[in-house]
Amino acid sequence: MDLIFEGIKKAFSLLVSFDPEVLGITFLSLKVSGTATLISLFIGISVGASVALTRFPGRRIVVSLINTGMALPPVVVGLFVTISLWRNGPLGFMGILYTPLAMIIAQAVIATPIVTGITLAAVQQLPAKLRLQILALGATRLQMLWILIKEAKLSLLAAVMAGFGGVISEVGASIMVGGNIKGYSRVLTTATVMETGRGNFDVAIALSIILLLLAYLINLVLTQVQQRERRR
Amino acid sequence: MKKLYYALFIFLGILVLLAGSNSVAQAQEKTLILATTTSTQDTGLLDVLIPMFEKKTGYFVKTIAVGSGQAMTMGQKGEADVLLVHSPAAEKKFMEDGFGVSRRLVMHNDFILVGPAEDPAKIKGLKSAAEAFKKIASAQALFVSRGDNSGTHAKEKDVWKVAGVKYEGEKWYQQTGLGMGQTLNVAAEKKGYTLTDRGTYLALEKTLKLGILVEGDAVLLNVYHVMEVNPAKWPKANITAAKFFSDFMVSKETQDIIKTFGVDKYGSPLFFPDAGKKVEDLGK
Repeated sequence: MDLIFEGIKKAFSLLVSFDPEVLGITFLSLKVSGTATLISLFIGISVGASVALTRFPGRRIVVSLINTGMALPPVVVGLFVTISLWRNGPLGFMGILYTPLAMIIAQAVIATPIVTGITLAAVQQLPAKLRLQILALGATRLQMLWILIKEAKLSLLAAVMAGFGGVISEVGASIMVGGNIKGYSRVLTTATVMETGRGNFDVAIALSIILLLLAYLINLVLTQVQQRERRR
Repeated sequence: MKKLYYALFIFLGILVLLAGSNSVAQAQEKTLILATTTSTQDTGLLDVLIPMFEKKTGYFVKTIAVGSGQAMTMGQKGEADVLLVHSPAAEKKFMEDGFGVSRRLVMHNDFILVGPAEDPAKIKGLKSAAEAFKKIASAQALFVSRGDNSGTHAKEKDVWKVAGVKYEGEKWYQQTGLGMGQTLNVAAEKKGYTLTDRGTYLALEKTLKLGILVEGDAVLLNVYHVMEVNPAKWPKANITAAKFFSDFMVSKETQDIIKTFGVDKYGSPLFFPDAGKKVEDLGK
């Protein structure tokens, strides 16, 4: 119990003293996971909405694949991304293993199925007649898509939260493809693992608290957007 | 309302720009990939040495702290430029197979057998590690192994071999597959015995309820070597930087730092510098 208080105290002192290393780690976490989420939104919403609105043979197989992807284990992604990015691997020429960019790629791979799956469910849930109505009012296909996405905004923001939550809390892939390099690719989760290994439990707890705080703040903003839209 | 929405997107957009701008891979010839064991990172030694090296040479070092086994596999696959490891038998094989171009002695400390104060197998003060392992086996007392092909794990298997008892698959023998620090925590929580390098143990001592039970046996010597990966096998290996790094590790300045590292915090050094010495002369 003492240890937890120690950790809270430590978190507080690290935050108020603006410890440059902790700030750097926090900012990198935000940057990597934020960018990865954004990429996943772009791909996820396009793919999710397209699959939701079209009918083709083997569609159920595709949908179950997407849904399985929502449970994609980060370490598995980490392993495959690492092997592909090895200097002597298929994508080795890019030379980006053990960089934040590699972490963004891995996290985007993890978040994309989550966003895709939720988008798919959200768009498909909209009443079918809505589409006819929109088209009847003379909207182009693209305009229709845009209106549908706006209609599904509540669920789509949930997709953003789920995707971001999935990657900011993820450690397996980040440590493998990022290497937990001090001052370069060390994020909150990988730093927590390392400090635990070093027996610095107070710092580990402090980092966890900062991570939770960060996740809360992001979700607070997103929820604000989500719920206000609803009242309108 | 809309403002908040836009603010959020602008914020995320800025993140992307930032991420794009400074995560562009640094020029490859200016980076060095160092694959090393968890003990050099968990003790904090590299946190002191790496910034010094970077400042001196201008290289950017990517330190990947894994077990010695994995570090050497990275070297074999050409995914690392230089290795700082402690698994002598595997290192010799690495050199014989032509994966490395040089192997130099850097420092040593020793392995110690730690365990709970109750000491169910009654091994405290034994002079022989193999004897202690035998007693643990016959008492069926919990032994926590790294189980990850690290240097420590390799040493542990050597000692079991000398002890000549069956341990694999036994109920009292558990493998964590984790780094040294985490394995020590597991051993402390479960009141088990474990073999550890002294450096990591000292760094974690304050949080562990484990005491040193067996130490000083010649077989428990823990020797660290620095090895450069063979560029003939892997043209992408940064041999210039690797050479700089291994020279740096055995330079007088670095060796002096190793000599005093940890004295202020733990009262005794965590590593003993050995550059230029012969392995046979260590621990005498």
